[in-house]
Amino acid sequence: MVIAALTEENVWAALQDVADPEIPVLSVVDMRIVRSVEVDGDGVKVEITPTFSGCPALEFIQENIRTKLLSLGFKNVVVRKNMSKSWSSDLLDTAARNKLRSFGIAPPAVGPIVHENLMTEEVECPFCHSVKTHLESSFGATLCKQLYYCDACRQSFERFKRL
Amino acid sequence: MRNSLANKALNEPLAAYLVSMADDELILGHRDSEWTGHSPILEEDIAFSNIAQDEIGHSLVWFTLNEELGGKDPDWMVFQRPCRDYTCSRFVSYPKGDFAYTVVRQYFFDKAEQVRLTALSQSAYEPLKGASEKILREETYHLLHSQSLLERLGDATEESHARMQRGVDAAFPQALGLFEATDREQELVDAGVATASEHLKQRWLEGVLPVLVLAGLNAPVQGNNGGRTVLCQPDLGGRKKQHTSHLEQIVTDMQSVYQISPGGRW
Repeated sequence: MVIAALTEENVWAALQDVADPEIPVLSVVDMRIVRSVEVDGDGVKVEITPTFSGCPALEFIQENIRTKLLSLGFKNVVVRKNMSKSWSSDLLDTAARNKLRSFGIAPPAVGPIVHENLMTEEVECPFCHSVKTHLESSFGATLCKQLYYCDACRQSFERFKRL
Repeated sequence: MRNSLANKALNEPLAAYLVSMADDELILGHRDSEWTGHSPILEEDIAFSNIAQDEIGHSLVWFTLNEELGGKDPDWMVFQRPCRDYTCSRFVSYPKGDFAYTVVRQYFFDKAEQVRLTALSQSAYEPLKGASEKILREETYHLLHSQSLLERLGDATEESHARMQRGVDAAFPQALGLFEATDREQELVDAGVATASEHLKQRWLEGVLPVLVLAGLNAPVQGNNGGRTVLCQPDLGGRKKQHTSHLEQIVTDMQSVYQISPGGRW
């Protein structure tokens, strides 16, 4: 077995293998849940922020990160929640948005939220790419998703909430 | 230091302020969760279960800030603190009632949250400012939901109107209890940490009253922005730990599993 060097670069690479439990095509790095990594000898400190304050998956994510980094050879792993570093859906980059789409989830629009437009924003169906879609409910299977319906291909789909 | 107050004398009133917000979110979250499996339609079942989860998550944020000021840890605050020490408004403690009452209560609460969190996004206390900005964005979805339900049900049918009006009659005086000041609030206001509850109440009235008119519902208020008189007795006491038996019922229920095996993990 080859043990990778205990460097920050290798930690970031290893965390690419830790999937978001609710959207498994994205890693916790793609999701920008991991905000910082600090290596000190055989110790590592990772800071994470939840997408939603009430996200029930956060402890599970913390545990998965810890297990992964212990398997890399770190002796002392600290995974700390930082609630004051605010998460925003604007942090998701183009690659992450494409992965969301390929998983059947419409990605969130970018830019400042205009309260009045949130219900009527144009949203593209991730299956047939039509924009003839409408919001069914602001609440879906998880806190971070909304429920939409495509009038063109008559398929329900989820959209990641803008936050 | 970002995480500490320049003036230590403010620790106590700030902790009281944070706990009152946490208690409001925690108890309303639990009341909302009582709709899980019981809502009139599936979409609302999902919506209120989501909202419950959000509110309880927000209470964790406020309890965590309280812990940073030297308070007890969030689990202790929720599962071991005696009910008589809660400082939530009475408003959030009442039974879920008719679905119409729940819609009105949620709208009144969501609007109050928007007003309060908008003000706290300017707080001189950085951790409170940051958390408020974040929660405000999450809460946007609650307000959109409850306001559109209120507008639709307010004048949909004779029955929906009557039930919504009964909801407003019951919830309006109760909701004013959200603006009952916590202990030594004025010191926080003077330091730019929080905004006066009386001011928040005026902002809330300015937001809520036109929406009620649009929904065809009457509120017990006379006058307009130039000068307004509230014609009902506000339901106060919660911030001073003067509660009704309804709080005891829900807190006992919430703590019952913990009490079977204190400190147990599974």
